[in-house]
Amino acid sequence: MKFIKDIFEKTHPLVQKGAKYQWLHSVHDGFFTLFFVQKNTSKSGTHIHDYIDLKRTMGMVVLALVPALLFGMYNIGYQHFIAIGELASTGFFEIFLYGLIKVLPVVVVSYVTGLGIEFVFAQIRGHEIQEGFLVSGMLIPLVMPIQTPLWMIVVATAFAVIIGKEVFGGTGMNIWNPALVARAFLFFAYPAQMSGDSVWVSLKGSDKLIDGYSGATPLAEAAAGKINFSVADAFFGFIPGSIGETSTLAILIGAVILIVTGIGSWKIMVSTVAGGAVMGIILNIFGGDNVFMSLPFWQHMIIGSFAFGAVFMATDPVSGAQTEKGKWIYGFLIGIMAILIRVLNPAYPEGMMLAILLLNTFAPLIDHYVVAGNIKRRLKRAVISRQTAN
Amino acid sequence: MSETIKLRKGLNIKLKGSSKAEIETLPVPHTIALKPTDFPGLTPKLMVKPDALVKAGDALFFDKYHPEIIFAAPYGGRVISVNRGERRKILEVVIQTDEKAGSVDFKKIDPGSLTGDEIKELLLKSGMWPLIKKRPYGIIASPGEKPNSIYISTFDTAPLAPDYSFVLKNEMGTFQTGVNVLSKLTAGKVNLGVTPGSPFAAIKNVVVNTFEGPHPSGNVGIQIHNTSPINKGDVVWTINVQDVLFIGRLFETGKVDFSKIIALTGSEVENPKYYKTVLGTPVSSITEGKLQKPDYKQRIISGNVLTGSRIKIQNYLNFYDQQITVIPEGDEYEFMGWADPGFNKFTASKAYFSKLFPKKEYVLNANLHGGERAFVLSGQYEKFVPMDILPVHLLKAIMVNDIDKMEQLGIYEVIEEDLALCEFACTSKVKVQEILRDGINVMIKELG
Repeated sequence: MKFIKDIFEKTHPLVQKGAKYQWLHSVHDGFFTLFFVQKNTSKSGTHIHDYIDLKRTMGMVVLALVPALLFGMYNIGYQHFIAIGELASTGFFEIFLYGLIKVLPVVVVSYVTGLGIEFVFAQIRGHEIQEGFLVSGMLIPLVMPIQTPLWMIVVATAFAVIIGKEVFGGTGMNIWNPALVARAFLFFAYPAQMSGDSVWVSLKGSDKLIDGYSGATPLAEAAAGKINFSVADAFFGFIPGSIGETSTLAILIGAVILIVTGIGSWKIMVSTVAGGAVMGIILNIFGGDNVFMSLPFWQHMIIGSFAFGAVFMATDPVSGAQTEKGKWIYGFLIGIMAILIRVLNPAYPEGMMLAILLLNTFAPLIDHYVVAGNIKRRLKRAVISRQTAN
Repeated sequence: MSETIKLRKGLNIKLKGSSKAEIETLPVPHTIALKPTDFPGLTPKLMVKPDALVKAGDALFFDKYHPEIIFAAPYGGRVISVNRGERRKILEVVIQTDEKAGSVDFKKIDPGSLTGDEIKELLLKSGMWPLIKKRPYGIIASPGEKPNSIYISTFDTAPLAPDYSFVLKNEMGTFQTGVNVLSKLTAGKVNLGVTPGSPFAAIKNVVVNTFEGPHPSGNVGIQIHNTSPINKGDVVWTINVQDVLFIGRLFETGKVDFSKIIALTGSEVENPKYYKTVLGTPVSSITEGKLQKPDYKQRIISGNVLTGSRIKIQNYLNFYDQQITVIPEGDEYEFMGWADPGFNKFTASKAYFSKLFPKKEYVLNANLHGGERAFVLSGQYEKFVPMDILPVHLLKAIMVNDIDKMEQLGIYEVIEEDLALCEFACTSKVKVQEILRDGINVMIKELG
């Protein structure tokens, strides 16, 4: 350890302002702080500080995403071998390995692109590398269909980091969740590659498909008026879909990690699910004969990206509501809008992404009214105390 | 007896090194000092020259903008130096103590026989006035104001704080006298914040408010907010428990007696206990020979770890402080510290395994444990502020210098100590107390 520290300390003067390798400052600093918690001590205010920092926080979120990632890898292989009819003759590790080989490049490309841009911005702005992208870099691959070309991942990530985050001032300042900005960018710029039946399962042109294979997600099928997924498959995640979104179980494990460590807001998760359930029930009651509307409300939670969005996207503390009361309203409206868009809008097969982006936009407004409520309460208190005093 | 007010929000930080219930009386130190820098916003004007002989209670300097407020020598002797900093700012007025100098005699008097104005005059003349602070802003009270009420918190919930029911156990009578004096200064009542079963509940001539809950429930600001919150235009005066004793002694004996009990605490102290000494004592007179001698650096704090100020061993104890805390400096690199399971890492969050051992006492150092960032997480601060206040929104209003919003969001109700836990717990290492003091200074400047 001392050896690594010595390297960092020795090279430290070389990257200072005016020194030869000044342009490497943010890179040096980024890796130094990653390997070593710095020796800076408190200069003003409290003398002791909590051991938690943004690296720990973001590290925990990445950890919570790992079950969804690992299962996603397995499922990519699983769907592939179903499509070509060789599932029965393929072993567990072979299935996983197939998925790993397919998914890993997406993850690497996302991180390299995003972190590269972050380093450049940190260097230009002269501040430390901020950890926000550690999570965004993992979220971006998990919300992409497996067939998305890597160059699109690069373009989308660059768009998300620059337009979605850095133009607002970096981590903590952005209005929308950067990973969703990436997803939305691709969805509207390259709709053919981001939707339809052929993007969810990893296949090559030479692969021979089994008869009658469609590759459509349960969501798309439901929208088309036929419901033929098994609840168990949908819950465990053996269905086509974006890389990390299919397994409700893996997402729930992540949710438990986020809630136990107190890093994700349970209020947002609960209220999102509640909002989705309420909308689902309303549609069940008034939907009549429409197949999708009469889908039992709780089944909405296990298909599409509802669970993934509720646990990992809606809970983004920067783009979500920041007051405690606001979180309940924010989550609830995401749930309502997600199901509403999903079922009633023919143009978009999934409503979660748009619902979250919409409520990201409105989160400051929700907070504004919560803060205004606080101010009003305080003013009222002043009036009452004046009256009793007189 | 009023009902107990239960506060749920907050956090008790359990540190190693709390004082055991034992008081050692120290000899009078060779030098003592009064530091104008202990009073936020004060512009001092000197009234003595080096070499002057002073008695305890003689004025050393006064407030340029309130000339009636004088700052008195805590102990008699000879003024040996006036130490100045940049731009000749007065840092400390140092007195070489002399037992024979004695105290100014203000005549022993029954507070009951005096009017409020007479009491005020005596407190100003004897240099007791700076002990009284006011909310809003937490600065020295203005003698011209009419406070709604006076608040005293009789317990301190900050980490390793002294136990006042132990410190005052032989001087409850004097405390009562002090309270009687203070009750003459307000048309309202003197309010005592106590814990359930506290001996202070027996004090008369006061409203007793009982509080239960973690830190910051012992902060007087929290107690005011939860009994009769400060609105725009209101003024409430506050005073520390031991400072009430100084006033009580003045009326009981006619003499100025600034002896006070200081708790020496912290993980770096060999045998933490209480020491009886005089206000303005040098830190070394208390700490000398009582600290461990490790090979790493130590940090000495006048006050507690949340709100105290860093101080050198050759400095003098701050005016209002009742405690010295010594912790490791912690200016060392830690390999991959953020990825550690953290069985020994105390946290207000739940992100380290230390959360599983709530009863353990921890050694915390002064390391920041991370880099400074913009506000990222939400809902973190609210857990530590048992008030109907949105701390993050208040801080953001201060950062953008929006005076209307600061006022609406409660800047009159809080001072640094009330939000100190937020700074401790902050993931982004935001300097909460510094920002808040900046905001308060803006308010003082703009609105007076």
